[in-house]
Amino acid sequence: MKLKTTMLMAASAIAAAPAVVAQEMADSMTLVSWGGAYQQSQVNAYSDPYQANNAGLEIVWDSSSNEAVAKLRAMSEAGNITWDLVDVVAADAMRLCDEGLAMEIDADEDLAAAPDGTSASDDFGDLLVSDCFIPQIVYSTTFGYRTDVAEWNGKEPDDICDIFDLETFPGQRSLEKRPINNLEWALYCDGVAMDDIYDVLETEEGQDRALAKLDTIKDSVVWWSAGADTPQLLADGEVVIGSTYNGRLFSVIVEQKQPVAMLWDAQVFDLDGWIIPAGLPEDRLARVMDFVKFATDTQRLADQAKYISYGPARASSAPLVGKHAELGIEMAPHMPTDPANSKNSILYNFDFWADYRDDLDAKFQAWLAQ
Amino acid sequence: MTETTQDGPMLAADGTPLKKSLRRALRAQKLRALGLIAPLLIFVLISFVAPIVDMLFRSVENQIVSDTLPRTVVALRDWDGEGGEAPGDEIFKALTYDFIVAAERKEHTRLGSRLNYEMTGISSLFRKSGRRVDDIGEDYLDQFKDLNDAWEEPATWVAMMASEGWVADQVAWSEARAAAKSADQDFETPEPAFALRPGVAKALPETADIYSAFARTIQTQDEDSPTEEEPWNPVYMALFNDLASNPDAASAFSGDVAALLSEAAAAVGNFETISPKDAFLDADEDWGDPMVWSTIKAFAPSYTSGYFLSAVDLQLTASGVQPQDEDQQIYMLLFKRTLFMSLMIMFSCILLGYPIAFLLSNLPMRQSSLLLILVLLPFWTSLLVRTSSWKVLLQQQGVINDILVWIGLVADDNRLVMINNQFGTIVAMTHILLPFMILPLYSVMKTIPPSYVRAAKSLGATDWTAFWRVYFPQSVPGIGAGCILVFILAIGYYITPELVGGTTGTFISNRIAYHISSSLNWGLAAALGTILLAVVLILYWVYDRIVGIDNVSLG
Repeated sequence: MKLKTTMLMAASAIAAAPAVVAQEMADSMTLVSWGGAYQQSQVNAYSDPYQANNAGLEIVWDSSSNEAVAKLRAMSEAGNITWDLVDVVAADAMRLCDEGLAMEIDADEDLAAAPDGTSASDDFGDLLVSDCFIPQIVYSTTFGYRTDVAEWNGKEPDDICDIFDLETFPGQRSLEKRPINNLEWALYCDGVAMDDIYDVLETEEGQDRALAKLDTIKDSVVWWSAGADTPQLLADGEVVIGSTYNGRLFSVIVEQKQPVAMLWDAQVFDLDGWIIPAGLPEDRLARVMDFVKFATDTQRLADQAKYISYGPARASSAPLVGKHAELGIEMAPHMPTDPANSKNSILYNFDFWADYRDDLDAKFQAWLAQ
Repeated sequence: MTETTQDGPMLAADGTPLKKSLRRALRAQKLRALGLIAPLLIFVLISFVAPIVDMLFRSVENQIVSDTLPRTVVALRDWDGEGGEAPGDEIFKALTYDFIVAAERKEHTRLGSRLNYEMTGISSLFRKSGRRVDDIGEDYLDQFKDLNDAWEEPATWVAMMASEGWVADQVAWSEARAAAKSADQDFETPEPAFALRPGVAKALPETADIYSAFARTIQTQDEDSPTEEEPWNPVYMALFNDLASNPDAASAFSGDVAALLSEAAAAVGNFETISPKDAFLDADEDWGDPMVWSTIKAFAPSYTSGYFLSAVDLQLTASGVQPQDEDQQIYMLLFKRTLFMSLMIMFSCILLGYPIAFLLSNLPMRQSSLLLILVLLPFWTSLLVRTSSWKVLLQQQGVINDILVWIGLVADDNRLVMINNQFGTIVAMTHILLPFMILPLYSVMKTIPPSYVRAAKSLGATDWTAFWRVYFPQSVPGIGAGCILVFILAIGYYITPELVGGTTGTFISNRIAYHISSSLNWGLAAALGTILLAVVLILYWVYDRIVGIDNVSLG
């Protein structure tokens, strides 16, 4: 059938332009993302323009990314994959790739090159952390603090270690209820050099040292598990300083105009991107590959930054980042990747956490429960 | 009715014994009844019982190790791990064969994640080694190639390894494919499954084993044909090993292949040998860690108690069951906490629900309907909304604290901590589960005739005695039903504790949810779930012994 179409096309296009290989593509596609403002930015930057080019294509969005790993495994075991493209953080992409639930991709073949001809694998560079992962954005987990705390006597935190300084900066803090990021910050503030953090964290003593450092502020910490918690806690004055994703803080500060400011020091970079579930039927795969190529090209990634303050994953997209679509402010200074913000930053070590996540999580939860 | 009369068994009108004919009539009736409920029964079995049993079964299932590393698991049986050293080349050879197959089928990383639950670091060890394993045996390929270029040809290998029947089938298949292609038709039939030539397995055992694994893998995985693909490098290592141990192998073959093999057999004595152990150690030195090997050995059986042991803070090691590291013990604490807090919630529900149900059943119809709607109203509100509103009320800058500060009961800098701890969880969950206590209580109290209490009073009982001696005992079945409902619901709750529980108010179900959705350790989640189910059933049994399950009424 496919061959026939190709032959027919070739025959009919004998005199005209070079024959196009027409791969049959499905006319509907289910995309999975995180919901909220982030998903909306993807609709605006990726799927709306794509649909404009492909009349008759139906795109269904499903906001289940936070449970994508478990759902994909269940779908795969049931032999019925209903998703075509799934937005996950890089660590989950690695896990899905390891489990054989995500399809391996060839960056240079499957993704568009940069406008200047740089190949996709060079353009994404180190951010291609797994064979299955197609990066979209760089986000960071960082801190926001209230600017109106009377007890601070006019001082403002500008160093990550101010989190651990209860004397100068008294008040409740909010930290995520998992070891990732917290242990890195604790070790860094306990005097470990940035480059040695993960080496130290591999050892039993290093892990105990990190937890001991966290012990010093344990009584003043509210532990969050949803990204929306810290913005709410900050806005209510429940905590004076707290960690969350930088995009959430952007909306608290710029869109909701709360008396909150960013503390970019020692922000931890992480990646979010697409994976294609393994085992899609051919027509759906053809459609999704076509979409991915479009949605991760240089312009589209730069466009997404108009709607949300996350940095595009391609080097070639950075210069194209413009103004916020509604607020009209320059987005570049709000990007975690902006040089002024990323003077001192930690790059999340994916391999380390893929190995140590279960172990350290058990340890961390046991520590929390004490 | 007695079974026998003096004349023998009692007979029905048609002469059969009455008991038998009665049983037949009843059986027909029972079958009809069963037929009526059959659709529902089958539905419940298929959609409810079967998935739960399947999920719980995962708590012991462990075929993945022996499926992915079959040769290694067999080879490790004789390894005792004593002396604290990694095994020798023989086991690494088995590992090479297993690993190349697993890596080509992309199964090695799955096993890596599985074993990483038991020993940190295995995940990346397997991932890294999967990329390198194809290099093992490359030196042998080069040496065979130097000897004769024919060794590089897929055709040589097919002639040597494949059965004649398969070769004929394969030729017929490729002709059919070519015909379909020129006729412009679809051709979906896969290539016939590779079959080994008889006798090869005896002459060249290792090679036969790994080559047929190679052939099947590329057929199913890449939809390629062994007639077109050069074998993996470890296949050459297998051939070297076979020829070194059986120089006479060529005698089992004839023609060109026999000549090639005897030429090779004569030469292998001078081949430069490589050690698969060194190759693995070169890929990652962690392969030299005996802990890795004892972990593989400990989890080699198809069924494991490892998940259940982890679920009660023990661990399975090669040298037996040991307690989990002290700083990782958490599950027993959480089980105890879950039970304690569920009981607290249950008692709070009785305390709050009893007076309300009493009021409901004693008010005139009009008022009681209104009150009932008020009880049910929160029931119709989203769980998340109700939980979040408790946050607004209870937090330190929240409504209750603000009021207390405003009336001066609490100092502004010493606000009460009422959320993100056990108190917050108990308050929020009591509120959420209250209707499950009130409704059964109400329906039981509705049936208690008011005349009993009036009779007691008219006989001289005080209000309290009349209530306690006459009314309360009759409402106990309602309390029992409410307690069972509330307790069982509470024990499995996880969203509310996650949102308002902080660190001291979380339940075991939060860990189950974590293992299902984040760590993908479904085996451990299933073990925790099974234990929780067993605990509930035991408590149910205890309840039955103490209170009596007949004493429970939903109205």
